[in-house]
Amino acid sequence: MSLARLATGSLVCLSCTACAGWQSALEAHGTPATGLLHLTWLLFVVGALVWICVMAILVLALRSRAAISTQATATPDTRVERRLNRAVTGAVIATALIVMGLTITSFWVARVLSPESSSPLRIRVRGYQWWWQVTYLDARPDRTFITANEIHVPSGRPIVVELSAADVIHSFWVPNLAGKQDLIPGRDNTLQFTAREPGTYRGQCAEFCGLQHAHMAFLVIVDPPEQFEHWREAQLAPGASPGGTQEQQGQRVFQSKACAACHTVQGTSAAATVGPDLTHVGSRRYIAAGLLETTRGSLAAWIADPQTLKPGTNMPMVPLNAEELNAVSAYLVSLK
Amino acid sequence: MSAPRSQPVNDTQLDSAGLARRLSQTWATPKGLWGALTTVDHKIIGRRYVVTALIFLALGGVLALLMRWQLARANNGLIGPDLYDQIFTQHGSNMMFLFAVPVMEAMGIYLVPLMIGTRNIAFPRLNAYSYWLYLAGGLMLWISFALDMAPDVGWFAYVPLSGPQFGAGKRSDIWAQMITFTEVSALAVAVELVVTIFKQRAPGMTLQRIPVFVWAMLVTSFLIILAMPAIMVASTSLILDRLVGTHFFNPAEGGDVLLWQHLFWFFGHPEVYIIFLPATGMISAIIPTFVRRPLVGRLGLVLALIATGVLAFGLWVHHMFVVGLPRLGESFFTVSSMSIAIPAGVQIFCWLATLWDGKPVMRVPLLFVIAFLVTFVIGGLTGVMVASVPFDTQVHDTYFVVAHFHYVLIGGAVFPLMGALYYWFPKFTGRLMSERLGRWVVSLVFVGFNLTFFPMHILGLEGMPRRVYTYSEQMGWQSLNLLSSSAAIVLAAGFALFFIDLLRSLRRGEPAGENPWNAATLEWATASPPPSCNFVHIPVVTGAEPLWENPETIEVAEGLRADRRELLVTSLTEARPVARESSPRNTIWPFLAAIATTVMLIASIFTPWAMVWGAVPLAATLIGWFWPKGTPEDES
Amino acid sequence: MNKLRHALMVLLVIGVSACEREHRDLRQDPPVSAALESVATMPNGIAGAPPDVYSALNKPFASNAYSLNQGKQLYSWFNCKGCHADGGGAAGPAFLDGWWRYGPGLVSIFASIRDGRPAGMPAFKDRMTTDQIWELAGYVQTIGAYSGKTAAPSRNDEMQSRPSENRAPATVSVNDP
Repeated sequence: MSLARLATGSLVCLSCTACAGWQSALEAHGTPATGLLHLTWLLFVVGALVWICVMAILVLALRSRAAISTQATATPDTRVERRLNRAVTGAVIATALIVMGLTITSFWVARVLSPESSSPLRIRVRGYQWWWQVTYLDARPDRTFITANEIHVPSGRPIVVELSAADVIHSFWVPNLAGKQDLIPGRDNTLQFTAREPGTYRGQCAEFCGLQHAHMAFLVIVDPPEQFEHWREAQLAPGASPGGTQEQQGQRVFQSKACAACHTVQGTSAAATVGPDLTHVGSRRYIAAGLLETTRGSLAAWIADPQTLKPGTNMPMVPLNAEELNAVSAYLVSLK
Repeated sequence: MSAPRSQPVNDTQLDSAGLARRLSQTWATPKGLWGALTTVDHKIIGRRYVVTALIFLALGGVLALLMRWQLARANNGLIGPDLYDQIFTQHGSNMMFLFAVPVMEAMGIYLVPLMIGTRNIAFPRLNAYSYWLYLAGGLMLWISFALDMAPDVGWFAYVPLSGPQFGAGKRSDIWAQMITFTEVSALAVAVELVVTIFKQRAPGMTLQRIPVFVWAMLVTSFLIILAMPAIMVASTSLILDRLVGTHFFNPAEGGDVLLWQHLFWFFGHPEVYIIFLPATGMISAIIPTFVRRPLVGRLGLVLALIATGVLAFGLWVHHMFVVGLPRLGESFFTVSSMSIAIPAGVQIFCWLATLWDGKPVMRVPLLFVIAFLVTFVIGGLTGVMVASVPFDTQVHDTYFVVAHFHYVLIGGAVFPLMGALYYWFPKFTGRLMSERLGRWVVSLVFVGFNLTFFPMHILGLEGMPRRVYTYSEQMGWQSLNLLSSSAAIVLAAGFALFFIDLLRSLRRGEPAGENPWNAATLEWATASPPPSCNFVHIPVVTGAEPLWENPETIEVAEGLRADRRELLVTSLTEARPVARESSPRNTIWPFLAAIATTVMLIASIFTPWAMVWGAVPLAATLIGWFWPKGTPEDES
Repeated sequence: MNKLRHALMVLLVIGVSACEREHRDLRQDPPVSAALESVATMPNGIAGAPPDVYSALNKPFASNAYSLNQGKQLYSWFNCKGCHADGGGAAGPAFLDGWWRYGPGLVSIFASIRDGRPAGMPAFKDRMTTDQIWELAGYVQTIGAYSGKTAAPSRNDEMQSRPSENRAPATVSVNDP
């Protein structure tokens, strides 16, 4: 069993172009992440230098002395005492100066990295156990739409993410682009970032939120502005009509079984909001909040037995026979 | 049972051998189970605390190894999410509440009366009670883990996850009540230590002559007294929310989710200084002995301790830098968090100066001090890093923070503790620990620790959050996690060797005399292990290093009774003798009161009426505790 | 020695019963879930025999804290509040008054949710899985229980509109002036 998983894992890894480094604070691709990376290096260099100095003093202090007498002295030389006291005082003053410098640097970086911006793109992210509901806001209500677990943003434009939580505390963190901000029930927080160039970055919940905190990831896909508009128009459209017979049967199963009781597919009778919006699930790269790549097989596996893949998840194990499962997975993967 | 009303026997009336004999009768603890349940001797209780805390350390270490095993490979199926959540909650809660604070208290309970030259700790019956309560809380938590119902919400149990809606069952109630047990126990010990240090010092031990370890325990005790109430309020409010239906943390009804975080961290930050400051006291005790000169900047060290203690209360919001508080308020806490590096720096530079001018004797305790200095400075520097709000927005709740706090807790508290155990083991038991094994322990623990935890800094910056039971292969974290897990085996081997050495040396260690290290403080002026009365005569102190100033003979005070338990109370600053105070005899009531308290607190997990009905047996045991028994000590 | 063994047995029983309340079964085996469907109701639909597998599982849905909590979440997700409010009743009957139209047994409540009832209770058998219906039934039973239950969930993190399930006997009526 584990060998098979290892094999599939490595295949996925090879196929995925932006893997290691796509959820890393050390590869900054936007503001404020770039500024934070510079600050990280500065703090590291200062810290390393201080540590080296202290270690040098320690090593020199421990060098062996000439006369080893077992007699301990209670009253050492006052001149030596004074010199040592002066050395200690000097070191403490140096520490205070370094600390003051780092504090001022920290304030300055915080100020520089939080500018007021005009005409940002506003996105509302609501954290659920264990998935992300994403609402794209617009001045016109008929141009807002809801998706889940995958955020597309245009490059070069400031993004304001409005954060709220439906149940417990979560935390929105996409390290390549920005620091994190918590989603707290009863509080409205915001996070702002601007992605520099197109790319795909992964984010993950960074506040322990229960059984599947480890599998509550999301993608931030940065597109060139025209591609973003194209994507936005596609998301505004209702769910794709099923093409072939299997997809049509899948839609029937979806609407008549438990699926429609929790999920929404715009343009059908399924309009519940307990689980993620599935109108364009086929267009998303991952399902189950970053757990599995979206393929027909993974959708079938997920629907057949969600509790084995993500134990504790709120998606129940809906009893479908093989034919129904095939049909539903074909339908869902066609919802591009 | 009253003593015969014969002539009072003063210590001036007996010769040396006779006095020692008479005093050991007066202060004795009988052997066997009854003696163990009734003793009020601070040395026995202190030893008990240390042993229990070390057992909890071993258990917590096993949990850590399980976590590292699970995380060694991506998508590892060894431990599922529910068990993993229980394991990391248990690991954190156990290490913080059942090991770190109690073991530091325990060293204080044992050593402070000896170091200040008194016969017993203040409020000895409360001391006994506090141990039983601590044991009960620890047993409750571990039994719940054995029954697969341990709390699973993290050691800081944020609401709403631990709250009434999302915390199913009694798990979080067990956590909250464990807090009550351990915090009442810690508060009791803190009060005893403050009173002992202020009022029972040997004549002549002015404030300037108090050993720095004792100063550290004093500051720690004040921290406990001022910080513990915050978490007791928090945990009580949580139980009320869960059991009774109050709305302290419910935003819909006017409560606040962040209230929990403020209350918890107002305690939580001083908590880590409660763990760290005694360790600095231990370092300050070990260094002078092994470089054979007094500490440089003694006054600076003491003032740094006090400054750290005061500043510790101004840092707590640095645990909340990403909850969306106003930037101006957060900035204040950046300043305070960075500035606590200054008194820490004072201490480190004073120690380095002492090492510089002294003649180091490279025995195991000093090797642990060196390991501490190397490791703790790294931890302190990463602490300065995370004190910066923007940097913290990237590394908060990632493995970077896990690395940071293990560096400061293991490097800054456990290494000094291990050195202190090697140092004071001869005093506790009369035997030396093995120098050879000790060197192996230092090496394995130091290398294992750094290889286990340093990679976590990088993992955090590479995006690995905390408290995840698994991760996918795509993330690229596997190699560092595998390194960390493999090195954890080395670290565990070091600890295992440490426990083996402890157990072995109890039977077959080389016998130590009164003062095998030729140290300066008063605890080394009496036998190893000390007699039940600590000192046959209370010493009189004329300097900060009593045994170095008077290597041959030491002046003593006379005039205390030998036929009943009596100790000397002295004035606060100058330590001039003020009164002879009687000290309680052995009694079973603290044990019974602890049982009554345990029953009351555990039952209150299930029904609030337990507080009402449980108060009755508790009151009964307290009446028994304080009822005058007609012993000679009651007459005075 | 006998006393010690006796005490250990008592502790074991407490331990095992504690296990029951706290046990978290995240995944029910599909055959077991299928078997939980086979409830044998009386001809009038009131009360009946639970499936054998229910006793074999040690009757989890009434005494297991995790299931009851999941049931509480389901109550809000499937809009039971729309007709039953928070137990005080609106278009649908109240639970808090402790009067059960089809009997207080868990099987009746399960049958009501799964198959619906005349005069307006919809059938949820195609909308929820069998396990979910059992969890919800267990939770609904605690709303109308005659005494507080240790395993029952506590209040919601919402506007307070009823006493919490683990404290209240069912005779509290929120509509009394």
